[in-house]
Amino acid sequence: MIEALSYEFMQNALIAGILVSFIAGIMGSLIVVNRMVFLAGGIAHAAYGGIGIALYTGLPIFLGTTLFAIIASLFMAIVTLKQKENIDIFIGLIWATGMAIGIIFVDLTPGYNVDLMSYLFGSILAVSREDIIFMGLLFLIILIVLKLWYRELLAVSYDSEYASLSGINVKFFYTLLLVLSALTVVIAIKVVGLILVIALLTIPIYIAQRLAHSLLSMMFISGFIASFFTLVGLWFSYSFNLTSGACIILVASVSLMLFILIKGLK
Amino acid sequence: MQNNSPILSIRNLNFAYEKELILLDINLNVYEKDFLVLIGPNGGGKSTLMKLILGLLPAPSNSIEIFNKTSKKVLSQIGYVPQNTNINLNFPIKAIDVVMMGAKEDKITALEVLEEVGMQEYADSKIGLLSGGQRQRIMIARALYNKPKILLLDEPTSNIDVDGQQQIYQLLKELNKEMTIIVISHDLSVIMKYANKVAHIHKRLTFHSLQSLKKEFTTEDKHICEVELLQMLGKVR
Repeated sequence: MIEALSYEFMQNALIAGILVSFIAGIMGSLIVVNRMVFLAGGIAHAAYGGIGIALYTGLPIFLGTTLFAIIASLFMAIVTLKQKENIDIFIGLIWATGMAIGIIFVDLTPGYNVDLMSYLFGSILAVSREDIIFMGLLFLIILIVLKLWYRELLAVSYDSEYASLSGINVKFFYTLLLVLSALTVVIAIKVVGLILVIALLTIPIYIAQRLAHSLLSMMFISGFIASFFTLVGLWFSYSFNLTSGACIILVASVSLMLFILIKGLK
Repeated sequence: MQNNSPILSIRNLNFAYEKELILLDINLNVYEKDFLVLIGPNGGGKSTLMKLILGLLPAPSNSIEIFNKTSKKVLSQIGYVPQNTNINLNFPIKAIDVVMMGAKEDKITALEVLEEVGMQEYADSKIGLLSGGQRQRIMIARALYNKPKILLLDEPTSNIDVDGQQQIYQLLKELNKEMTIIVISHDLSVIMKYANKVAHIHKRLTFHSLQSLKKEFTTEDKHICEVELLQMLGKVR
């Protein structure tokens, strides 16, 4: 393993893994306490539509995916604020429609056979310096948002009715949360894949929720736990030549089971 | 005291969800240090009226005046304790952070209001680990944090055991010395023991001052006949 660290692709994979883990830890905490996991899953899958369109039109994939995911998240923000009771239906709608659009456009793209699997499970060993810069930027944006509006986000997440009574613009913060979730998903797709995003947005958070005494500590405990899963998963992946995303998820799942065995279900 | 002008005044208020009329021609005056109980059947419009007062639902303009003003700025003078306080029990948050929620961080004030509700030793406890009654006190502390002049509570004892209920109302009685209390409740013993006014809401509002009622219905052994009281309040026909 030590000699592996001398390869640039391995260094990139480690940096990307840790960055994504902390981004997912912070955003995942917000997503879980706001009961938006399924919503984030919907946006993640809808983003595949952006990948297809980008391939077909020749746009940079990153740009296409970002735009598509942001549009999907804004659509969901409007739906949630106007028709809360139908939110499940609309999540299912963007989930399936986005995937379908992506697949049709990939079909239409001549001579290009994109591997769906690499978007589902990612390819962390193929992360470029450019990807890392984007991740770093997103991490920075999220930290700035937390610095500016942590108390507002806390109030909106815990009790949105009371938050609006206190004069907090609940709609703005809800939309901000969805857009940041969309960006998180986009960044993570290439690196760890759609499926792993959902795992990273939930498993570390469940453990951290039991250990933390505040939302802020939950965010960073989740980040550390997710980093641990990512690093151990990468080690398994490298040592036994297995798919990295699947290794990381299994490390996370087994750890969660151990945690539940020791601490008990609550 | 009744000669003063009302601090909360509702005039000719109508409200409908979609096409269903919920409240019809509501008129109500609340004065300083009143302890007003809102009673009425479920779906009769009690919570809706409370949300209209708070501005959580849009009231027709000029129908609700608080301290002779209609602007939203006076809302900071109102404290609110919502009905369901068993939300988000897994949320990792300390009691003191719930109290300071949505307002400027000020631990000294937060500890003061926690002391007022008898919960200062639980300031650093996780909210989900407290009992229903303790959590209700935290929510009352949160409502008190901004030093309101009026306190609105929506069925504050619905999830609490009998002892806890008594304690909550004892606390409200103390608070009533300093501020006006408006509470939604189904509990008749509360009405007789603590309130000075009661309004029955079933689309329309029927208002009763309890001073005269109490004399009328207190029998020789100081027992209040609840059935007669209910008839008087218009709940039973």
